[in-house]
Amino acid sequence: MIESFAELMQYRFFTNALLAATLASIACGIIGTYIVSRRIVFISGGITHASFGGIGIGYYYGFNPILGAAVFAVISALGIEMISKKTGVREDSLIGILWSLGMATGIIFVFMSPGYAPDLMGYLFGSILTVSGNDVFQMAILAVVIILFFILFYKPILFIAFDQEYAKTHNYPVQLMNCILITLVALTIVMSIRVAGVILVLSLLTIPQTTANILTRDFRTMIFWSVVFAFAGSITGLLVSFQLDIPSGASIIFSLILLFLAVRISGWTLSRVRLMKQMNGKLPHQRLADKKR
Amino acid sequence: MEKILEIDSVTAGYGDQVVLENVNLAIHEKDFIGIIGPNGGGKTTLLKVIMGVVKPFRGKIRFFTSVEENERRITGYLPQMNNLDRNFPISVTDVVLSGLMSREGFFSLYSGKQKKLAYSILEKMGIYHLRNKPVGELSGGQLQRVYLSRALISSPRLLMLDEPSTFVDTRFETDFYEILRQLNKEMAIIIVSHDVGTITWYVKTIACVNRFLHYHRSNVITQEQLEAYNCPIQLITHGDIPHTVLKKHEKDHD
Repeated sequence: MIESFAELMQYRFFTNALLAATLASIACGIIGTYIVSRRIVFISGGITHASFGGIGIGYYYGFNPILGAAVFAVISALGIEMISKKTGVREDSLIGILWSLGMATGIIFVFMSPGYAPDLMGYLFGSILTVSGNDVFQMAILAVVIILFFILFYKPILFIAFDQEYAKTHNYPVQLMNCILITLVALTIVMSIRVAGVILVLSLLTIPQTTANILTRDFRTMIFWSVVFAFAGSITGLLVSFQLDIPSGASIIFSLILLFLAVRISGWTLSRVRLMKQMNGKLPHQRLADKKR
Repeated sequence: MEKILEIDSVTAGYGDQVVLENVNLAIHEKDFIGIIGPNGGGKTTLLKVIMGVVKPFRGKIRFFTSVEENERRITGYLPQMNNLDRNFPISVTDVVLSGLMSREGFFSLYSGKQKKLAYSILEKMGIYHLRNKPVGELSGGQLQRVYLSRALISSPRLLMLDEPSTFVDTRFETDFYEILRQLNKEMAIIIVSHDVGTITWYVKTIACVNRFLHYHRSNVITQEQLEAYNCPIQLITHGDIPHTVLKKHEKDHD
């Protein structure tokens, strides 16, 4: 196994995939913690699917589909952030509209493009093994921007995410920060489409965070563990997909879910054992039964 | 007594909807004002106008502060409980420190001095031992003290509380009003409540807000006034909860 891993490292596509998984884990670990804490998972789903419109247009006009996805994602993200507040359109309804509009636009343009679109499945379900050096470079830039932004503005990010209305009473630039953060959310989603695809990318933004949330209820610590779990899950998924020759996006998600279950179950067992010790080796219902006797 | 701020014929609202009309109110040091009124009558909007979150259509707010006081915040605010997400991953100390947020301190991490300040306030509120707990693990009464600490950390001259009794059970409530009474020795307090019975016992003066503001220079209000301003009344209380029996309408005395 170690030998074959060393062998794998000689392939350019494999090192690219490893780098992509690492960078996506960092970006998704940080941004996903923000998404889960603020409960904007549905908004993120809307942005993800809206971006497919840009992928289709990229196909049709022959430019990089990821660039099209980025434009669609950022516009729909800012649209959700601003339009629903200004016009009184319900936010979740607006998300539903943009979600389906993006998918519809995408499929029309892909359909109209001449010839067969071989990597369409890659955009939908992820294909980490086809990530190029250029993709890795873009992901690295985004990861650095996100890390710097969260270090410099940790306090305002935390306070505004926790209690917007209160932050407004302190004359904080709440709207500006929300716009910057939702843009970073959109860009993180687009960059991670290469790893997990439009349909599966939400997994990297929610599963590691939910796992981390079992261990901690502190924002900073949750970011740390989210990155760790995202990294562990995506590397495991990548290797499994390579060994068993199954789609990488799906195997990454199964690794993330198994990791979640492992942490959940061991956490539950641990608290159970601790409780048993406190109760002289007996569980509450057993003690109750003793008392009745 | 020294004036802290003055609301001068303020009309305010949201969009094209007027919520407050031609409101005048002066707040002095050591004031303890209870604001009552029906839901949607503009109670919270009045607080937001004072904090500058809602900009008035007409009229203005004047603050009477010395130059060195302009450096710090004048108001401390305890918002309504129902807007808060209790599952958010944030610790008690971080919540209290967020009371110090300002445009100036945008980048820096907390200084040790700020943390010490937060700890000393938590100690005063009797919840120092909870400092590292996530807010999700607190009871309603503990959480209320955390938010009170957040409002107090900037040592405001005016403390504003929006429906604080929605936080807690009545046993805690009596303690809470006792804390407020102590704080009132150092700062003015405005408390918004639908619970007329309990607050009139503690406050010094009462204002009814229902689009217009009617200010009473005492904590005794008559049934007639309540009816006139359509203020909701909650007079039935049990046990140790102090309450005020409202004066009857004069016609009832024969």
